Amino acid sequence: MSDKRRRSNGCGISDQDPSPITHHPSQDKNRLDATFKQLGAKGEKALIAYLMAGDPGLAETEQLVLAMEQAGADIIELGVPFSDPIADGPVIQQAAERALRNGTSLRQILVSVKSLRQRTEIPIVLMVYYNSMYALGIEAFCKAAQAAGVDGLIVPDMPPDEAGPLKGPAAAAGLRLVFLLAPTSTPARRTYVAKESQGFLYYVSLTGITGAKIQNMAEVGQNVEKIRKVTKTPVAVGFGVSTPDDAVKVATMADGVIVGSAIVKQIAAHQQKPDMVAIVGAFVGSLKQAIRQASTSRQPNA
Amino acid sequence: MSTLPDSHGRFGPYGGRYVPETLMPALLELEEEYAKAKKDRRFQKELAYYLKQYVGRPTSLYRADRLSKRLGGAKIYLKREDLCHTGAHKINNAIGQVLLALRMKKPRIIAETGAGQHGVATATAAAMFGLQCEIYMGTEDMQRQALNVYRMRLLGAIVTGVDAGSRTLKDAISEAMRDWTTNVRTTHYILGSVLGAHPYPMMIRDFQAIIGREARRQILAAEGKLPDYLVACVGGGSNSIGLFFPFLRDKKVKMVGVEAGGLGIASGKHAARFSGGKPGVLQGTMTYLLQDDNGQINLTHSVSAGLDYAAVGPEHSLYHDQGRVEYTYATDDEAMSAFDVLAHEEGIVPALESAHAIAQVVKLAPKLKKSQIVIVNLSGRGDKDVQQVARMRGVTL
Repeated sequence: MSDKRRRSNGCGISDQDPSPITHHPSQDKNRLDATFKQLGAKGEKALIAYLMAGDPGLAETEQLVLAMEQAGADIIELGVPFSDPIADGPVIQQAAERALRNGTSLRQILVSVKSLRQRTEIPIVLMVYYNSMYALGIEAFCKAAQAAGVDGLIVPDMPPDEAGPLKGPAAAAGLRLVFLLAPTSTPARRTYVAKESQGFLYYVSLTGITGAKIQNMAEVGQNVEKIRKVTKTPVAVGFGVSTPDDAVKVATMADGVIVGSAIVKQIAAHQQKPDMVAIVGAFVGSLKQAIRQASTSRQPNA
Repeated sequence: MSTLPDSHGRFGPYGGRYVPETLMPALLELEEEYAKAKKDRRFQKELAYYLKQYVGRPTSLYRADRLSKRLGGAKIYLKREDLCHTGAHKINNAIGQVLLALRMKKPRIIAETGAGQHGVATATAAAMFGLQCEIYMGTEDMQRQALNVYRMRLLGAIVTGVDAGSRTLKDAISEAMRDWTTNVRTTHYILGSVLGAHPYPMMIRDFQAIIGREARRQILAAEGKLPDYLVACVGGGSNSIGLFFPFLRDKKVKMVGVEAGGLGIASGKHAARFSGGKPGVLQGTMTYLLQDDNGQINLTHSVSAGLDYAAVGPEHSLYHDQGRVEYTYATDDEAMSAFDVLAHEEGIVPALESAHAIAQVVKLAPKLKKSQIVIVNLSGRGDKDVQQVARMRGVTL
């Protein structure tokens, strides 16, 4: 890519830009933190809705984000398509393939986020594999993500052990680094990862990849309780939450419910239909409604 | 040099552990168990026993007189890993890791395979120790290495085709990692090359370093001096690091790693990471990768399934940057003609992977003096490639 094109890519990523990152603690108000605080005050649980950016196209992604917000999603987790997504099951892999086939890139995704920011203040967290960030340059990427209005990063192939080079630039850009815990995590790792995670903590509900089925809901609850003992950071549960029924169960245990493959499946199934956005919105609405009921029904006992 | 990697699994800036959290405990357990096994005299004795009695080690260091004479330069020795049981060096690592799986009480083994040699070696070791075994293989590779697919099935392994991406080694590794993520409590993943997250690159290097230790002893016995050059092909880089590692401190020994040049670098259809790649993270490790501006991994091409991969072992990336090892490439055509040369001159049909190393020797040896010595790692035999070569030449068998 020529320097000229780099400068005019619209998302602020430029290898030529030497200006240092300056940190303004006063500007450190993060949409993610604010959302969990507001929901917590109401005794409500967050619905974190995942979609793959660029599937079927970025214009649709923008419409979908707005429709999901309207339907009650509290936080958007925006997948960045990668050619070799080792943490993802077939549903999200295929969504990434579709997005890549139509030329979706991280640079363009940031342009879309920036455009969304004129219309919505919903927290947006990128689910991005390490190499996609690394290819743009960690520092340049963080600055561009901040400029676009991204609130946090989930890097599925980066445990906190490898996050060293990202921490400084992410903090300077006000980006929360969300880390994951799994059923296999030992007590020592639970303590370590919980301490490192910002914004929220992503508990992977099953030993496996995205889109599989939760086998043991009781175990999920027990593990979330163990995590709560070592951190005050909100805990969200994802991987394997696919129906309003699952969402209700998870909402009684955690501060947030993450739904990914089930939404991506809806998008995939209805791509050719003119009312795809409305159908997906209705599905997200059914999830939020279930979660709200769970929250209110639990309140008296809380 | 032998202190590499550091405690974080780093070879300089390369290596590390870029995996989902679900796998971190398993990697930490493996690292710990391997450290214990390494110091455990019983483990080492058991490993040595199987390498000698089952694999057939030490493999010979054969002086290739007719090849040397034809090329008219250096004296060429072949390190005969093709003589190992199952036909390639891969079994050295498979036996070591199966013994580790037994220590960790994991009843199920999974592996990826490109050319099928690592899959066959793993299926073999699993059969010998009575472990369940499932091998992931890209469907493109299953087609060009059909013989090895059937061999694995004969050995009792389940062979699962992977129909994603380029349908080659890279996609097989991703699928094996997903299986491991799902079944990590009962399953050990036997990675086949010096790739992936720490401790794999270190551990597999250690299991393969027997190649270089033997070669060093054998050349000193035969010639009374160290070689001038070591040459080996580099896919993930396990046979090459196995040969190179015990010589790293011998500053006068030059080392050449040969990548797959495919249809030529300019064509973009190759797997020469050091000629067209840059650092990045793929499948657990930071290393040189063939990728585009956006960090998407490029499709690769090589006539040899075992070299057809977008990343290279992280330790090689360090030696590349340091200049300790020179990395070059041989094209498909060069490898194919070296395949013939070795068959005709020495009566040895090499694996297409190893033919890349031979192709480099064909270029290098004539420039050297008769008193100079080249050791080339003949990492595998070519039986598995006979059908493919015949097909490429329009011969119906």
